[in-house]
Amino acid sequence: MMLYKLSLKNIKKSIKDYVIYFFTLILGVAIFYVFNALDSQTVMMDVSSSTQELIKLMMTMLSSVSIFVSFILGFLIIYASRFLIKRRNKEFGIYLTLGMSKRKISLILFFETLFIGIISLLVGLGLGVLLSQVMSLVVANMFEANLTKFTFVFSSAACVKTIIYFSIMYLIVMIFNTISISKCKLIDLLNGAKKTEKIKLKNPYLCIIIFIISCLVLGRAYYIVTHGFLTLQEVTDVMKPIIMGAVSTFFILWSLSGLILRIVQSLKKYYYKGLNSFTLRQFSNKINTTVFSTTIICLMLFITICLLSACLTIKNSMNANIRELAPADAMFTVNMNMDKYYEKYSDYGYNDFQIQNSHYTAKEMFELFDFNITTYFKDYIEVNTYATPDLTMNHTLGSKLNSIRTQFPFLAYDTMESIMKISDYNKVAKFYGIGEYSLNDDEYMIVADFKSMVKIRDVALQNGEVIHLFGHTLKPKYNTCQDGFLEMSSQHINTGIILVADNIVDEEYLVQNHLIGNYKTTDREKIIAIENNINKIDKDSKANEYLLPSGSTRLAIREATTGLSAMVTFIGLYLGIIFLISSAAVLGLKELSESSDNKERFRMLRKIGTDEKLINKALFRQIAIFFMLPLILALIHSIFGIMFAVKVLEVFGNEQLLPSIITTAIVLVIIYGGYFLITYYSSKNIIKERY
Amino acid sequence: MESILKVERIEKYYGNRSSLTKAIDDISFDVRKSEFVAIMGASGSGKTTLLNVISTIDKVTSGHIWVGNVDITKLKDNDLNKFRREELGFIFQDFNLLDTLTAYENIALALSIQNVPFDEIDKRIKKVAYDLDIINVLNKYPYQMSGGQKQRVASARAIITNPKLILADEPTGALDSKSSKMLLDRFNYLNDELKATILMVTHDAFTASYANRVIFIKDGKIFKELHKGDATRKEFFDKIIDVVTLLGGNLNDAL
Repeated sequence: MMLYKLSLKNIKKSIKDYVIYFFTLILGVAIFYVFNALDSQTVMMDVSSSTQELIKLMMTMLSSVSIFVSFILGFLIIYASRFLIKRRNKEFGIYLTLGMSKRKISLILFFETLFIGIISLLVGLGLGVLLSQVMSLVVANMFEANLTKFTFVFSSAACVKTIIYFSIMYLIVMIFNTISISKCKLIDLLNGAKKTEKIKLKNPYLCIIIFIISCLVLGRAYYIVTHGFLTLQEVTDVMKPIIMGAVSTFFILWSLSGLILRIVQSLKKYYYKGLNSFTLRQFSNKINTTVFSTTIICLMLFITICLLSACLTIKNSMNANIRELAPADAMFTVNMNMDKYYEKYSDYGYNDFQIQNSHYTAKEMFELFDFNITTYFKDYIEVNTYATPDLTMNHTLGSKLNSIRTQFPFLAYDTMESIMKISDYNKVAKFYGIGEYSLNDDEYMIVADFKSMVKIRDVALQNGEVIHLFGHTLKPKYNTCQDGFLEMSSQHINTGIILVADNIVDEEYLVQNHLIGNYKTTDREKIIAIENNINKIDKDSKANEYLLPSGSTRLAIREATTGLSAMVTFIGLYLGIIFLISSAAVLGLKELSESSDNKERFRMLRKIGTDEKLINKALFRQIAIFFMLPLILALIHSIFGIMFAVKVLEVFGNEQLLPSIITTAIVLVIIYGGYFLITYYSSKNIIKERY
Repeated sequence: MESILKVERIEKYYGNRSSLTKAIDDISFDVRKSEFVAIMGASGSGKTTLLNVISTIDKVTSGHIWVGNVDITKLKDNDLNKFRREELGFIFQDFNLLDTLTAYENIALALSIQNVPFDEIDKRIKKVAYDLDIINVLNKYPYQMSGGQKQRVASARAIITNPKLILADEPTGALDSKSSKMLLDRFNYLNDELKATILMVTHDAFTASYANRVIFIKDGKIFKELHKGDATRKEFFDKIIDVVTLLGGNLNDAL
């Protein structure tokens, strides 16, 4: 009972030292709950069954991410509790000299961990439940569901899961504490504070050389990921610049820690002003011993920043893309004249009936199955695309083929190009509300919006490559690809359509017919009903004999996109925030762990008559530098990291980069800044003199 | 001779009404310019409290302390800091040097917090380093120095601001006898040649014998005062020992 009281009093007494620990635990619990309770918010929302499926998938993924997250949080908690034990070495030493057994001290720690665990779980869950109310607005917005009335959601499943996961973590912490107590020696506990560290100054010339080399290596890594991007073909190619970056980060920090002091020391007027010399020494003293952990934190911050901005970009771009890339309600495509290339199609697993019966347009095909387009569609258009083995990428790239082929050996150069009549394309463009074009009889042009492909095609177009089609020789009207597309999708995936004048096209080469239309109704329920009817055609007894039109509807695209973007966003947010919390907490704890040494130093400064204001300024600067250094390096990394991510995510479009960067910055400022302030005020509290 | 420090009927109480401890009970004395005064007393006699209230680290319960023309018992926070860094120099038993800074930087800190320009700082450090014989340790860190060297660096930091009064709290407490003697010789040099005013608290009769005057404190009151006058250090030391014996052997750790 006495031990129980003792530990309760200990917590009360040292609550100020525990602020960071508590803050981290509470945030960890809250975030863990929020992301595991995501599904409970969607249950009451009015979403289609396919969206429900997506949400289920998302929750499975979030669950596995949660396991990873619990490992990170587990390590963080163990680290933090070890730091707190270290701070209380003297207290334990006194217990031991008073004759308390190590077992009892472990018991005190056990109770403390228990109390802290229970309190943090309760507060964290409370905060989590509150946050998840906010989250339900985000989720509703994400899935574009109507949140007609506000309902208070509480997920008991997520709650239980959080309690179980964190209980296990606390249990492990208890075991670790017991081990570390049973290992320690009394003399070390009592004298723990008195340790004089040797101060080693690094050789400045070595520092300069290593600094320059590291910068060069880092620059090279930056170059590879931004400019040499197209040469990156395999995972190992991507690993190389990452490893280069990580190693050079370490050495930059290592050499900087030696150099900064030297440089500022040489600026004597600045160095010997106020407490500047003291602050700088404090910083360089610490950075010397923490280069490795600072590197890790820098890289974690880098990952966080990239993760958050990339995820948000994907999400924002996807939603913007739908508006742009799915301008009509529905589009159906049917293959025609498949018998002409019988061999090829039979290889693909189409049956003979399907091949023989491929002479119907999409509209005719629907009518065959008693589905009348005009009953459901307000307006619609029908267009054709053509293709011939005489016009493949091999031909359109012309004389540039070989140089491009060496650069991109894996492109399918033998694929037939899609050809459209200019009038057909303009019909589509008018229907979609995008740019229309005109052509002379001896001209052709390419519309495309998949950026990497555009770049490749532009090489040939700039060279003015002529093509030979249906007995005509055509020259390019423009020296670049023009913007445009035919297929509706959620991304920019049009790799190129060749547009030519109407009168040169040979109808013999018709391969696909497309029907694009808008429904009569705009009501969501009714649209779902129509699309269900269309899908039912599949079940018809004679469906097997026809190759049915493949459709992409705005609704389907939107739902797929929303699900994907929600998944990406939530996982990114989840991991990003956890990484951010971990690195900020480690930084804060590191700073506080030397507070007892610092306390002594600041007391000396006070004794020689330093102003409180000057002392606070020095402390603030010291912590600010400590927090800013990894952040600044991480930001520089991120600029290039995001540039790389933008290229990788090209298909998703990157028009929405700025808002995501701003959002990332806000998240960063709130969490990282919060930790910075807590660290500052806690340290200020620790160094405060109590007369 | 002009009075640098004037302590007037000060009292310092600890505790509450039910259990009152008088750490200082009505003490008055003067320290004149370029005097070297030692305060002796056993543990718990109130000598450290006395030094703390003079150095403004602690506040008196009643009474006044004048340093120059300023009543320091009336000063407030930032004025206190200003007073402390401009008028006082401190030497502590445990040196209180910053372990992260070199000797040079430690000394410079006392001036840089007063916004003295670097050229001036450099000039003054060179001078004081010569006076205290620490030129060859200026670029060393505290952990590379002996105790005596550390204490001389701390002394250099204390006098470099040209303080009105140097307060030394058991300066030889952590030193061996050889280093103690060397430090005290330096104190005499500062006192004789540079006319520095020194107030030193000690419980060591040998250390006290270097002063011009010794004030004995017992139970918060002045017990006796000894002047060196024209006596040699040895004679003065014997006189001090007599008083210590008189004090009732409470100073059992004298010498």
